[in-house]
Amino acid sequence: MVGGILNYLWLVPALPLLGVIVNSAIALFAERPLLLAEAGSEEHGHGTSLHGAGHHAAPPYRRLVAFLGPAVVGASFLVSLLSVLALAARPAHDRLFVQVLFPWVTAGSFDAAVAFQLDPLSSVMILVVTGVGFLIHVYSVGYMSHEKAFARYFVYLNLFTFTMLLLVLGSNFLLMFVGWEGVGLCSYLLIGYWYEKKSAADAGKKAFIVNRVGDFGFLVAIFLIFWTFGTVDYPEVFARIPGLADSGVLTTGVATAITLLLFVGAVGKSAQIPLYVWLPDAMEGPTPVSALIHAATMVTAGVYMVARTSPLFLLAPASMAVVAVVGAATAIFSATIGICQNDIKRVLAYSTVSQLGYMFLACGVGAFTAGIFHLMTHAFFKALLFLGSGSVIHALSGEQDMQKMGSLKKRLPVTFTTMFIATLAISGIPGLSGFFSKDEILWKSFSSGHGHVGLWLVGTAAAGITAFYMFRLVFLTFFGPSRMDPEVEKHVHESPYSMTVPLMLLAVLSVGGGWIGIPEALGGHNYFEAWLAPVFGHGAEGAAHGGAHHSAALEYLLMAGSVGVALCGIGLAYYLYRGRPEKPKEIAGRVPGLYDVVFHKYYVDEIYDAVIVQRIVNGSIWLWEAFDATFIDGIVNGVATIVSGAGDRMRRVQTGVVGNYALSLLVGAVILVGFLIWP
Amino acid sequence: MMEPSAYLLLSGILFGIGVAGVVARKNVLIILMSVEIMLNAVNVAFIAVGSSLGDVTGSIFAFMVMTVAAAEAAVGLAILIAIYRLKETIDITELSILKW
Repeated sequence: MVGGILNYLWLVPALPLLGVIVNSAIALFAERPLLLAEAGSEEHGHGTSLHGAGHHAAPPYRRLVAFLGPAVVGASFLVSLLSVLALAARPAHDRLFVQVLFPWVTAGSFDAAVAFQLDPLSSVMILVVTGVGFLIHVYSVGYMSHEKAFARYFVYLNLFTFTMLLLVLGSNFLLMFVGWEGVGLCSYLLIGYWYEKKSAADAGKKAFIVNRVGDFGFLVAIFLIFWTFGTVDYPEVFARIPGLADSGVLTTGVATAITLLLFVGAVGKSAQIPLYVWLPDAMEGPTPVSALIHAATMVTAGVYMVARTSPLFLLAPASMAVVAVVGAATAIFSATIGICQNDIKRVLAYSTVSQLGYMFLACGVGAFTAGIFHLMTHAFFKALLFLGSGSVIHALSGEQDMQKMGSLKKRLPVTFTTMFIATLAISGIPGLSGFFSKDEILWKSFSSGHGHVGLWLVGTAAAGITAFYMFRLVFLTFFGPSRMDPEVEKHVHESPYSMTVPLMLLAVLSVGGGWIGIPEALGGHNYFEAWLAPVFGHGAEGAAHGGAHHSAALEYLLMAGSVGVALCGIGLAYYLYRGRPEKPKEIAGRVPGLYDVVFHKYYVDEIYDAVIVQRIVNGSIWLWEAFDATFIDGIVNGVATIVSGAGDRMRRVQTGVVGNYALSLLVGAVILVGFLIWP
Repeated sequence: MMEPSAYLLLSGILFGIGVAGVVARKNVLIILMSVEIMLNAVNVAFIAVGSSLGDVTGSIFAFMVMTVAAAEAAVGLAILIAIYRLKETIDITELSILKW
């Protein structure tokens, strides 16, 4: 049965694509000539990126872009919402809608169509992408209002939304890969948005190159999937799993190989150990970009991919263990780095890495629902935190160092209130969204058949550290004495409505977003789990309850434990940064070695640089100087030298003396005749 | 029917004289004359063999060769005059600009 709004599912990605087309026309034909003319006229001018544009009359196209950029995403959100409602009206077992638009690649037995698939999992994703994306687009209108390249920004942002929707809506692995690469491209473009700044351009390249490592794994995994299943369509692949497993084609080894390679892709995109290094550097991009791409949507693509391929992961216990351990390790590792960072956005970046670790921990213990649940709530509160930090940075004329902030609570009331709510949510304070999703993950990591008490301990410890560094951020930014530059302090202002309204809406979601997944132990119904049950089936849940049945009392106890740990973290942050502000330096001074190591992010970047990057650079230099310049050029130049040398000698045959030619003619004739009359 | 070997011998000698003239002499006029000798050596051979076989083809070919020889001589002498006007020499060793 097909009908109604679902037939317009293609509009969901098509609307942002429309935005891309119109905005890029504006960017190319209206904005670019203007910028070039401006750059020409003030060759020696003073072009700071944030306030360079000045406030003289804005060109008219900016208003069109400011309307169109958010509007297409908002419209896409409306279509998504109606589609999901239509899907929800169907019976649970029938909640899969595939819309085939046109055949795309057909070669032999290989067949991939451009087809969109709406099921409970992808509906959660499109609602997050278009909903949070819309709010961030609106916010961007205010945040980027001083920028010259306004249309270019919205081209990239709309293109990102389009490719992200392609990624989550695509009905086969190939289309997902196209979206996967597309979001990577947009990430690169947006990190390097201020490309005149070398650090931004370098960060963009770093993100792109590190992601290549992961994408390689993903691509090989797709090859393996096609080789094993003979198709790349999700429904087909998952339908063939039982048959192929019975016939011995799909052994545990094959499943492990496929899933580990998929996970390599997820590790790259979702910034897990060992490929997380690009995400903190990605903070060079504009703050709304950090919120949209590097917190709420793109980086969660890896989690979505693992959840999407959950039937394969469940066949490979070893991969599940790898996912869980990598997730837990990333969660605590990056949380500890977050403690010592002073750049407000970098704290949030490490926090994102850490929260993504939680999502993988959930997937690794078979609690895919909990992972997606945390993905959603994290999108709300982390987008809010990033946008809030953007609001602070905007108010402080671009200052990002928390040591030069303080006492902003009264000056930025809306920003403070909303950010404080998000901080409570990420810390896992009961009643807010982060509590339900994080606690679900911690409970599953303890109780599930794939779980382990060690994973639970690491997760809980990370939760405590999260609460600590988030409250450190809030205390340093909003409380205490002002440490701002006097010049900056004069210009502090609360952000315009286009920025504060998205903050407020996200704050509401950060509070209430978790209420659709209240666990039954707390008297809730966990609608979220029921909604996703058709996708993840009861396989995962069966495994989750495969072991001993855990009592509700134990669940309460663990819940109380994690809340207690979070409160300890908050208390410690209060003691160190409000009660005794001199203490942190004192502690750092007492363990200088350890502090230094953590402050420098465990020197991971330096190690990578020495072990991998420098080797490759040196190898490339060798290839250039020794191999290319000597060997390859030697062959080419050598051939040329031989030919020209031979020609130089041969040309002397042409004496120009007719007698010589006559003689050679004669000799030739004699030889020819001799040849003919030879007996 | 006549025995052509004597005529062929004559033809060979004439041809040899022509070749030697073409290769050895420096005067373009002499070279052109040597070419004529070579062509007429061929004529002798054609006619001798044709007459010994009782076939007129040989004689027809001889006429052909004479025609070509006349044309060749005309063109050659014309070129020669042009060269002489330009260079004031008809020494073949002096006319060696057509080279590297």
